[in-house]
Amino acid sequence: MKPYIAVFKLRVINGLQYRIAALAGVATQFVWGFMYIMIFEAFYRGFSGTQAISLEQLATYIWLQQAFLYFLYLWLKETEISESITSGSIAYELCRPCGIYGFWFAKLIAHRLSGTLLRCAPILVIAFFLPIPYRLSLPPDPLTFLLFVVTLLLGLIVVISLSMLAYISIFVTMSPIGSFLVFSVVGEFFSGFVLPIPLMPIWLQNIVYLLPFRLSVDLPFRVYSGNIPTNDAIIGILTQIIWIIVLIAVGKFLLTKMLKRVVVQGG
Amino acid sequence: MYFATKNIILEVYLLIKIEGLSKTFKVARRSSGLGEAVRSFFSPKYSEVNALRDVSFSIDEGEIVGYIGPNGAGKSTTIKVMSGILVPDSGDCNIMGYVPWRDRVQYVKNIGVVFGQRSQLWWDVPIVDSFELLRDIYRVPEDNYRKNLNMLTETLNLSEIINTPARQLSLGQRMRCELAASLIHDPKILFLDEPTIGLDAISKIAVRNFIKTINKENNVTVILTTHDMNDIETLANRIIMIGKGQILYDGNLNKLRDKFVTHKTVTIDYNENASPIELNGAALLSWSKDRATYAVDIKQRGVSDVISELSAKLEIIDVAVDSEPIEEIIIKLYKEHQV
Repeated sequence: MKPYIAVFKLRVINGLQYRIAALAGVATQFVWGFMYIMIFEAFYRGFSGTQAISLEQLATYIWLQQAFLYFLYLWLKETEISESITSGSIAYELCRPCGIYGFWFAKLIAHRLSGTLLRCAPILVIAFFLPIPYRLSLPPDPLTFLLFVVTLLLGLIVVISLSMLAYISIFVTMSPIGSFLVFSVVGEFFSGFVLPIPLMPIWLQNIVYLLPFRLSVDLPFRVYSGNIPTNDAIIGILTQIIWIIVLIAVGKFLLTKMLKRVVVQGG
Repeated sequence: MYFATKNIILEVYLLIKIEGLSKTFKVARRSSGLGEAVRSFFSPKYSEVNALRDVSFSIDEGEIVGYIGPNGAGKSTTIKVMSGILVPDSGDCNIMGYVPWRDRVQYVKNIGVVFGQRSQLWWDVPIVDSFELLRDIYRVPEDNYRKNLNMLTETLNLSEIINTPARQLSLGQRMRCELAASLIHDPKILFLDEPTIGLDAISKIAVRNFIKTINKENNVTVILTTHDMNDIETLANRIIMIGKGQILYDGNLNKLRDKFVTHKTVTIDYNENASPIELNGAALLSWSKDRATYAVDIKQRGVSDVISELSAKLEIIDVAVDSEPIEEIIIKLYKEHQV
């Protein structure tokens, strides 16, 4: 484990250096957050019946989404890894006595964690003091908060084991942009980033619940706002664990296969 | 019984044994132009490049081997196979009892690699952080790490740059750090792929001296590829030359010189003399009133013989003897094999 912890640590240190980028990110997230809530507010006003998710819950959902964007967003790309494949500097990583999968996994967790540490606090703090309906509310009880933390962390692992597949596909496509574009457009929609899943038509919801994407964004945030009850949250956690096992197994298998026929690019 | 024992001894003694290594790459090719680009989108054309063709050699412990050849000859491919990151199409490779690509994780603990055109240092953090990461990756005990770091800092003169991020270092400084990074875990074999590329004269000499030291004092076997013949001349007692994926020459540098050096240049300065002197077995290349240059055919007569004949006829002030530069010998060799 030591090598992986070491690379994790260094990647966190490395990530914490980019403070100005984080500041700009925070500003952007505020604008997006307000924009989303305003749009939904307008929709909710023009609609007389009850929605599957209340506007207050929705505001909370959106602020969490903005605060933890770096944690869970699928299109977030660790350029070092993708560049190491296309430029061939993966040669050095292959010369280390470590598994590449674990190495990258540690790097990716660190990348997202350092980015989130720099960004989430200001968004969360300010969103707590906004007027209703824009306010980020507290979770209904401590247990819900605990479940939120667990689903959030497992959600991170789901996102990373999913994105590992995208990185592995770069060995074939040689184009990180292409791999990630397909991956993020599909993933973003099905994870509930664009539209919260309760607002989707039922037939679409049925499809979404079969896929792993929603376990990253939709599940933790709706658990927090109390939209998903405790029992369902626990089922969600089990589903997350099963998907993580499957995704990591598939990823490891594919990576081993790729490395056998890998061509290190460049002389 | 006797033969079996002999074979075992032979295999322990040889650190690296490579036999019949071959590797083919598929390369996409198309001519220039938009029409051609569209056509190749629908039916891409590939051609095969034989990067390695039946390459065999073996290397003993403690050797420094210069691996040379023109661009695209297969040098880097061989290094990649030997460092376990490329799987060859056929052939055997046994290094310290491991098959590099099959036992990769176990094997790479024993080797250090520097790819001159890439970097293993983290770009945005101080060098020492990269070193500590390598310490943890290779599980180097703290005592050994301290000892190695002190030795490397001293011999490579790193004390002033070790706390600077890699991005703020000059190429020469960075290359010194790359070398240090590849040696933190006490490797038995060091693969250097163009370690002096782009360096100035002083940095080159520093790198060469360091390679010599590490080879002598730590008995590290070094395999280096380079285009700089001075690297080869100062470091390697053995060269392996490869061209178009095949080994063209494997052996001592001096023997290569004996085989290909046919002439030596003798330049003499003397007190004024009116007419040029013609000699047997030495062609007069240039002449002036106080200086003459001869190309001595060393197969016909010795250099000292020529000088003594001249000193009998002239009042010699100074003599300079130059042998053909190693670059020209290499070019001859390339030409001979048409690479």
